[in-house]
Amino acid sequence: MAVLVYSESENGKLKKSAFETMSYAKALSEKIGSEVICVSFNCSDSELLIKYGADKIINIENSNLKEFTSKTYSNVITQIIDKKDISLVILSSSADAKYLGSYLAGITDSTYVSNVVELPESIDPFIVKRSCFTNKAFSSTEINGDLKILSISSNSYGAKENNGEGIIEKFEINEVNTTFKVSKIEKQSGNVTIADADVVVSAGRGLKGPENWHMIEELAEVLGAATACSKPVSDMGWRPHSEHVGQTGKPVASNLYIAIGISGAIQHLAGINSSKVKLVINNDPEAPFFKAADYGVVGDAFEVIPDLIKKLKSR
Amino acid sequence: MNILVCISNVPDTTSKINFTDGDSKFDKNGVQFIINPNDEFGLTKAVWMKDSNNASVSVVTVGDSSAEPILRKCLAIGADKAIRIDSDAKDAYSVAKEIVNHCESVKYDLIICGRESIDYNGGLVPGLIAGYLDYNYITNCVSLEIESEKAKCAREISGGTEYSECDLPLVVGAQKGLVEESDLIIPNMRGIMMARQKPLDVEISKNINSRTTDKKFFKPEEKGEVKLVKSDELDKLIDLLENEAKVI
Repeated sequence: MAVLVYSESENGKLKKSAFETMSYAKALSEKIGSEVICVSFNCSDSELLIKYGADKIINIENSNLKEFTSKTYSNVITQIIDKKDISLVILSSSADAKYLGSYLAGITDSTYVSNVVELPESIDPFIVKRSCFTNKAFSSTEINGDLKILSISSNSYGAKENNGEGIIEKFEINEVNTTFKVSKIEKQSGNVTIADADVVVSAGRGLKGPENWHMIEELAEVLGAATACSKPVSDMGWRPHSEHVGQTGKPVASNLYIAIGISGAIQHLAGINSSKVKLVINNDPEAPFFKAADYGVVGDAFEVIPDLIKKLKSR
Repeated sequence: MNILVCISNVPDTTSKINFTDGDSKFDKNGVQFIINPNDEFGLTKAVWMKDSNNASVSVVTVGDSSAEPILRKCLAIGADKAIRIDSDAKDAYSVAKEIVNHCESVKYDLIICGRESIDYNGGLVPGLIAGYLDYNYITNCVSLEIESEKAKCAREISGGTEYSECDLPLVVGAQKGLVEESDLIIPNMRGIMMARQKPLDVEISKNINSRTTDKKFFKPEEKGEVKLVKSDELDKLIDLLENEAKVI
């Protein structure tokens, strides 16, 4: 019996979520008394996971698996599940991981639960806490089935160092045939993405126009943050759709979410609720967002933001 | 071309979230149910494909008779046929399995679900259906064109867009971008009248056991009051973020 972690990487390097999922899997494996195996694809630094608890490291080097697809990756993971007597698979909550997890659960006829926020409170029966109703509630959920797949909410457990045995293993795979081919990937380079960012700087209609976004971008740059926006802003074409966060946009689970000139409609809050700390800057003291915030500044964004940038730079 | 759109009946975003039966069940009392927004983007796309691809569009939901108004609305929006599988929607697994069983008797070229429901946010159903049926699968789908049994589609990925191609049958997890919010079809009187004539079949459930059970729901701890900082004391704000919250 073993715990398997799918360790996500990008351009050959582990993603931040890989350390969190490994840390979670290690703690879980100690609870059930088993080893932790991690699998990565075309990753050059997967041995870094030894410090976070990896007992066995399988890195699949295969030029046909350069592009992630849920079908090819879950097929390889299924082969490892079969050979290694896996009872639990740990994934992150990234868009790719959720894409993979549900399909993997279908082909292996296993039980998948996403948005898990804590270690299981009990192993037999297996009960975990997951968020639901767009983070307005949690559920203690009992999971049945011989093979269980869990997606861990990002930033819910954190990365914790804990040495594992660190044996590097070779694993021969049988390639899967599929008509599903990735033809092209368009990515903005250089910018921190909303999914990976520790800090997200988000702005709304209070900014008055797209020409004023330079100060949002500058604040984001000073903080190493990703930029985001509210739905009206993306609807009006001030900012690209890819920056829209909220219920029908991208979810945010950053450590710090800064909302500037966003009133805080319930649909917006639904998407950003799982961020740990929320700072709201708004000139309207009645803005509903202040009720959901940890820190607030009532003031004119056009004065507060430049001042804040200056003070952060001189730190 | 035969399209199936899977519809989830979800509480309206503004609903109060409360629980009953010792906090083990969602309290439906006074809650307005709507078509899951992500499903509605998919349904609109499917209705467009009636013209562009000469498609016939069925909608399916797993639920009791209280879900029928939602199905009638889908028919008014433009679906040709509705199916209700008569069962409580116990969990994602049982819902997906009921739909898979239906798809084993009626073949579809394209199955469209929302990328996730806004109640449980699991995002499981489309992937489970694709996995069980061994169909191609794309979620977070923001573009889809089908020509002679081949699909060209795009998926929103972290920081960009990924374009791909595959054969049918295909399962799609729809989201905003596949169609825009302004494209959503508001049923007119003619559509509503026609919907009354369209078939709404009730299929008997296979009584699939659930694999997950909500033992207890609870709400997040009450949030403390917001700490307000004066706009001319931003040093204090930076200090709080750095040393109290430890987030910068």
